[in-house]
Amino acid sequence: MAELAAQFEKQTGTKVDVTYGSSGNFFSQIQNGAPFDLFFSADIDYPEKLEAAGLAEAHTLFRYAVGRIVIWAPPESKMDLSRLGWSALLDPSVQKIAIANPEHAPYGRAAVAALQAAGIYDQVKAKLVYGENISQAAQFVQSGNAQAGILAMSLTLSPGMSGGKSWPIPAHMYPLMEQEAVMLKSAKDKDAARAFLDYVQSAPGQAVLQRYGFALPPARKL
Amino acid sequence: MESLWLSFRLAACVAVILLAIGMPIAYWLAYSQWRGKFLLESVVALPLVLPPTVLGFYALVAMGPRGPLGKLWMTLFGHGLAFTFAGLILASVVYSFPFAVQPLVVAFESVDPKLLDASALLGAGKMRTFWRMILPLSLPGVVTAVVLSFAHTLGEFGVVLMVGGNLKGVTRTVSIEIYDRVQSLEFGAANRMALLLLAISFAVLSVVYAVNRRLWTPWPAK
Repeated sequence: MAELAAQFEKQTGTKVDVTYGSSGNFFSQIQNGAPFDLFFSADIDYPEKLEAAGLAEAHTLFRYAVGRIVIWAPPESKMDLSRLGWSALLDPSVQKIAIANPEHAPYGRAAVAALQAAGIYDQVKAKLVYGENISQAAQFVQSGNAQAGILAMSLTLSPGMSGGKSWPIPAHMYPLMEQEAVMLKSAKDKDAARAFLDYVQSAPGQAVLQRYGFALPPARKL
Repeated sequence: MESLWLSFRLAACVAVILLAIGMPIAYWLAYSQWRGKFLLESVVALPLVLPPTVLGFYALVAMGPRGPLGKLWMTLFGHGLAFTFAGLILASVVYSFPFAVQPLVVAFESVDPKLLDASALLGAGKMRTFWRMILPLSLPGVVTAVVLSFAHTLGEFGVVLMVGGNLKGVTRTVSIEIYDRVQSLEFGAANRMALLLLAISFAVLSVVYAVNRRLWTPWPAK
């Protein structure tokens, strides 16, 4: 998102201020009048609920990307993730596995679904620790407190996480993580907000998202 | 209500530990003539001004396998310190430190120096003077220290969020549980827990102020 905002600024001179946090948290805040212009959620439920509640501008909902998840281990880990795959999580050196809280974080739900699809959820359940959001789960692994994690691929490609080991979880093992954005009724400069939405949907915008580990949303009529 | 019970146990452990280590430190701060004392006073007050995220972040790094505490703990017990009840106690002791030490310092300092001189003249050693004279005269301060560190730990959120990992019955304290309920949009459950915590906190603080105003004395004067 930082990269998207920077590129957009370079092109248009319009400055984009980004506030990061968990989708659920922003959903509650927006319901209570938070003055944001755009909302990029990690799922599709929250933006659609906002639209249903009349808090979103009509016809601005769009799916901007599809999230992917990976098994990730810190640089000092001795595990060969590409060879081990799922069995890395069963390795005795892995005492804690960080995921986002599946109760309210889409990436956490995807992680649990993938563990279940791999048939190891019950075996690793006792090792799971929950980050409040996916970034915090990443922090647990990056600091070495958890020896592995199931994280958003986009995060593991950010500079702070470089050098780590990563194994992409096959996409068929978890539900499609479509992510939706929407312009809010509270948007002050609607033209600028719309321009940024257009940029994210444009070829250069989508290229940035792909570079950061997102897949493109399946073609569909919204 | 498992989370509430967990918070109580955490708060009780922290209050007891802080009383034990707080008393000698407060004694030294109250009576030392050292000119550099202000430095230690500043260190004691630091957790008051630092955001819990800073404390929590440092705690997480220190407890990790690359941190000094994490290394020590790993050698002693064979597992990390983050995501454990012991880890929470340690982080909370730092977090609530000034709430225990500062009331004790104030109480010790307000003991009339003439009484201390008299005690020394009558041949009482420092330990005897402390237990028989300073401590009984400082009882309201001691009660304040215990109750405040208890109450402050009970309401702790940021530090627990940073190092806890949200484990049911281990690190999911009541404040984290409330946060989770809000994130999951279960406002009813969040409300009930929040109200209960509010009522308990009010009762606890009322005890402190009642003691300080001598409306009610836990130890009737002889």
